[in-house]
Amino acid sequence: MSQAGSQSAAGIVDTVAAWLLAILWILPLLYAVWTAFHPSEYSAKFTLLAPLTLENFERAWQAAPFARYFLNTTLLVTLILCSQLVLCTLAAYAFVRYEFRGKNVLFALVLVQLMIMPDILLVENYKTMSKLGLIDTLFGIGLPYFASAFAIFLLRQTFKSIPKELVEAATMEGASSMQILWRVYVPLAKPVYVAFALVSVSYHWNNFLWPLVVTNSVNSRPLTVGLQVFASTDQGIDWSIITAATLLTAAPLLLAFLLFQRQFVQSFMRAGIK
Amino acid sequence: MNAGRQAHAYLMLLPALALLVAFTHYPAVATLVDSFMSTPKPNRPSVFVGLENYASMIDDPIFWQALRNNLWFALATIPLSVGLALAMALWVNGKMMGRGLLRMAYFTPTVLPMIAVANIWLFFYTPSYGLLEQVGGFFGLPSHNWLGDKSTALASITAVAVWKEAGFFMIFYLAALQGISPSLREAAAIEGAGRWFFFRRVLWPLLMPTTIFVLVNAVINAFRMVDHVVVMTRGGPDNATSLLLYHLYEVGFKFWDQGYAAAITVVLLGTLAAVALVQFFVLDKKAHY
Repeated sequence: MSQAGSQSAAGIVDTVAAWLLAILWILPLLYAVWTAFHPSEYSAKFTLLAPLTLENFERAWQAAPFARYFLNTTLLVTLILCSQLVLCTLAAYAFVRYEFRGKNVLFALVLVQLMIMPDILLVENYKTMSKLGLIDTLFGIGLPYFASAFAIFLLRQTFKSIPKELVEAATMEGASSMQILWRVYVPLAKPVYVAFALVSVSYHWNNFLWPLVVTNSVNSRPLTVGLQVFASTDQGIDWSIITAATLLTAAPLLLAFLLFQRQFVQSFMRAGIK
Repeated sequence: MNAGRQAHAYLMLLPALALLVAFTHYPAVATLVDSFMSTPKPNRPSVFVGLENYASMIDDPIFWQALRNNLWFALATIPLSVGLALAMALWVNGKMMGRGLLRMAYFTPTVLPMIAVANIWLFFYTPSYGLLEQVGGFFGLPSHNWLGDKSTALASITAVAVWKEAGFFMIFYLAALQGISPSLREAAAIEGAGRWFFFRRVLWPLLMPTTIFVLVNAVINAFRMVDHVVVMTRGGPDNATSLLLYHLYEVGFKFWDQGYAAAITVVLLGTLAAVALVQFFVLDKKAHY
């Protein structure tokens, strides 16, 4: 009896602690929403009667070329994702379906990128980009990420688990190697593709340091760099407008996350377990 | 193994491998070479200078400060974010009231851009105006410039990093917990094992591979996260929050000293290589029983 009593007491303590932490975790976002949707004189004053407004968003949108930044980020994220899917599918397929000399060495070379990300090599990669004339282009921001060791690794694991019988059946029907990839492997790996796509899009939507280094004009700046330029130079300290711009930047991912929460969490899980 | 099939395989690998070599292996090697060379100037090409760049690194007090900061940053963020992640996962995995909402609250920082949340936290910390000040003022605490004071600036940016990362790591623990059979808990309950005993003797060993995976990621992130430093403090006040990668960014792209920047990159690469070696040769063996 006393055992059950102490269990439920521990349960209450747990619940309270869990909720306190959750409130602490969500507080910065709530705070930002409050500030962005109220006139600046209420930005740090919390009264129920404060009038709601969209003016901060309007002013932020007009004060900097956010439309262009949105376009740049969307193009960049799409470009990176498409290249990653094509290049890494081919590479993973070669590792799973073919025997060739140096296979293990090449796979080990691929795995090196899991530890050494392009972020850290920015000085050398900047030199390469300027030799190629790709400074201040979307292509230049994306290029170092087109081949992802993570994607190759993930797809290789998935492809390996596909039953041999399916492949043999397709071979019997006279399907070529590429047809087998396209009709058997890719459809069966669909959940993994979705998972990788979500992880990749959220990573590159949020990426900052490398784009900051290689861009120097509105034409190629993604949202994150645009927001930083906007917040540090143009505004002084009008927090309402900066917070509105901040929410604008985060909005697409945040809305997608709130709508497809389960999918997001499962994708990150799936990408992490493999 | 016929030659045609081999050629086919190489062709499929070629684009991905060429890009990996161009932007990972080549720059890693080129960094090492450049760290022994002087920085090229318009009228003076780069020449071999031996260990000169490393010597100036050893003489550079900001480098040592950034290294010290980075170690403190790592020592604080790694255990805090991993510990909180485990607690979050245990809570969300149980039968707790409103666990869907809890999971959402914990995970939200992961999908937000660091650059955006850093702006929000910056406002949070603003002296005499931000939320933290207002809460402190409510309890009668004196006003404090959290990011402007050398003694609290590093702790303040560490808090942001922990907040951003814990929910991400929670996901991996959650995935692992869901793979653990519920019959284990029932068996433990029948044997009369308490909660703490069950956690220490059953869950913790079963979660060990996940813990190692998360730890390795946490270590890498501790040397890779700088976005919030750029937004919140720019390494200041007086380099109190400068981290290695931020110092590298300043040397490479503000002072344009490529030779010295290469030497700092080598230090970062060495750190990550050490993490990789420890993972392969020590931790991976301990993860299996």
